[in-house]
Amino acid sequence: MIRFAHVFKDYPKGAALKNVSLHVAKGEFVFLTGHSGAGKSTILKLMQGALQPTSGEVRISGFNVADLGATEIPRLRRRLGIVFQDFRLLDDRTAEENIAFALEVTGARADGIPSRVMRVLTQVGLAAKAHAYPQELSGGEQQRVALARALVNDPAIVLADEPTGNLDERATRGVFQLIREINAGGTCVVMATHDLDLVKQTTYRTIELREGSVVFDSGLDETAGELT
Amino acid sequence: MRLLLREALLSFRRAPLLSALSITTIGFSLYAVGLFALVAVNLREALHTVEQRVEVVAYLLSGTPPETVALASQDITAFPEVQRVTFVSEDEALKRARAELLEFRDAYRDLSVNPLPASLEIQMKEGFRDGAHVSAVAERLKGYGFVDDVRYGREWIEKLDRLRNIAGLVGLTIGLAFAAVAVVIIGVTIRITVLQRAREISIMRLVGATNGFIRGPFLLEGALKGLLGGGVALLLSYGTYLLFRGQSELATSGIVFLDPQHLVLGIVFGVAIGLGGSLVSVGRHLRNV
Repeated sequence: MIRFAHVFKDYPKGAALKNVSLHVAKGEFVFLTGHSGAGKSTILKLMQGALQPTSGEVRISGFNVADLGATEIPRLRRRLGIVFQDFRLLDDRTAEENIAFALEVTGARADGIPSRVMRVLTQVGLAAKAHAYPQELSGGEQQRVALARALVNDPAIVLADEPTGNLDERATRGVFQLIREINAGGTCVVMATHDLDLVKQTTYRTIELREGSVVFDSGLDETAGELT
Repeated sequence: MRLLLREALLSFRRAPLLSALSITTIGFSLYAVGLFALVAVNLREALHTVEQRVEVVAYLLSGTPPETVALASQDITAFPEVQRVTFVSEDEALKRARAELLEFRDAYRDLSVNPLPASLEIQMKEGFRDGAHVSAVAERLKGYGFVDDVRYGREWIEKLDRLRNIAGLVGLTIGLAFAAVAVVIIGVTIRITVLQRAREISIMRLVGATNGFIRGPFLLEGALKGLLGGGVALLLSYGTYLLFRGQSELATSGIVFLDPQHLVLGIVFGVAIGLGGSLVSVGRHLRNV
C-alpha cells in the first residue's frame, strides 16, 4: 500500500529524512512518533505527493511519488483522506457544506452529494450539527467534521498529522476512537503523533523517528521480510 | 459550470467590500485610460479639422489659355496625393478678396484693372497633409510653365507636423503608462482576493481538485470584475464627457465621445486585464500551496 525505499529528503536548511525504508500494508494502522522536527510531517507530505524525495523511492496506492505529474497529484489525493492538527475547515461554510465542498471540487455527481455527506456525518456522530458553522463547534467536533471530509471520498488510506494535537483529553479520546473505527472498517491509517499516552493505549505498530531516521519500528519483526 | 459560477459569485457575496473595492479600483484605473483616450480622440479630431485646410495654391501667369489650365487640372487631379483641384479665375479672386478682406475693400473697389492672378487650389488627400508630401506636390507644380508661383504655408504645415508628432508620442507614452498602472493595480487587487482565499485553495488541493478546477472560479471572478470595472470606467468617462460638453462657453463644447468600437475595446481590455491579473496571481499562488 505504502512503500519507502532508501528515501532521503533534503531541505535547504538540512536533511529531513535519512535513508528511510518502510512498508505499510493494506488496512494497517501505523503510528509515526518522534519529537518535532524528527521527520513525521515530511513522511506524511511525501505520502500525499506534496513533496518529492531527494533520492529513493516513495510508492503509495500504486503511484510513484517521484514521477507524479500535475494531473496525477489530484488523482492520488482523491484516494487519500488527510487530516491535520488545525482541522482546515472553511469558516464561512457549515459542516455539511465543508464536506460537500470536497465532493464538488473533485467533480462528484451533484445528485449523490447530499446522501454521501449525511452518511459520513452520521459516521462521525455529527448528523445533528450538519448546519453548524465551524466556530459553533468544539475542537473535537471540528476535527470530526475534518475526518468526515477525509472519508467522504472513500479513501483507501487516511493520513493524520497530529489530529489530536489541539484537543483536550476528552476530545482526544473521542477523535482517536473514531480513527480506530475507521481503521477497523478496513482503511489504512498513518497517524503522526507525539502523544505517547495514546500510543501506549494500543498495540498498533509504532515507527519512531529521530533526526530523520527510523530508530524503532515495532512492526519490523513481523514484517521484516517485506522490508527491502 | 453551475459550481464555477456559484464559487465565483460567492466571493462577491462573502467579501462585498473587497469586491466593491477591486471593481472601483479597476474602474478608476480604466477611467484614467478612458479619459486619456477621450483627450487623444478629441485632439486627433481637432488636428483633423485643421488638416483639412491644408492646401497648395498655384498662381498662374496671366493670359494662360483656359484649355491649358483645364488639361493641367486633370493632370494634377491624377496625382496620388491630390484630392481635388479647384480653378479660381481672376474675377473670382477679386470677388473673394472684396468679400474677405474688408480692410482693403476701398482699395479694391476703385480698381480699373484686376491685379489678382488666377489660381489652382489643390486640396490634399488624407494622409498626405504633411510637410514632405505638400512640398513634393508644390515642386511638381512649379514645373508647369504657366505657373508663376506656388504657396502652401510651409511654416504652418511644419508646425502642424510637429504638433502631430508630439501629440502622437505623448499620447502613446501616457496611454501606455496609464494602461501599465491599471494592469499593476488590478493584479494587486486580484492577488488580495487570491490570498484571502489561500485556505480554500489549499483545501481544494488537499482533497484532489485539479488545477484547472481551482483556477476556474478565480478567472471567472477576475473577468467579471474586469467587466464591471470597465462598465464603471465607461460611466465615469461618459459623465466627464457630458460635464465638459455642457460648458458651452468653453472651447470644449464641440468635443466628441469615444466611438462604439473604442468602447467595446475598452470593455474587452477590462475583461482581459481582469483575466490576466487573476491568471498570474492564481498561477503564482498555486505553485506556493
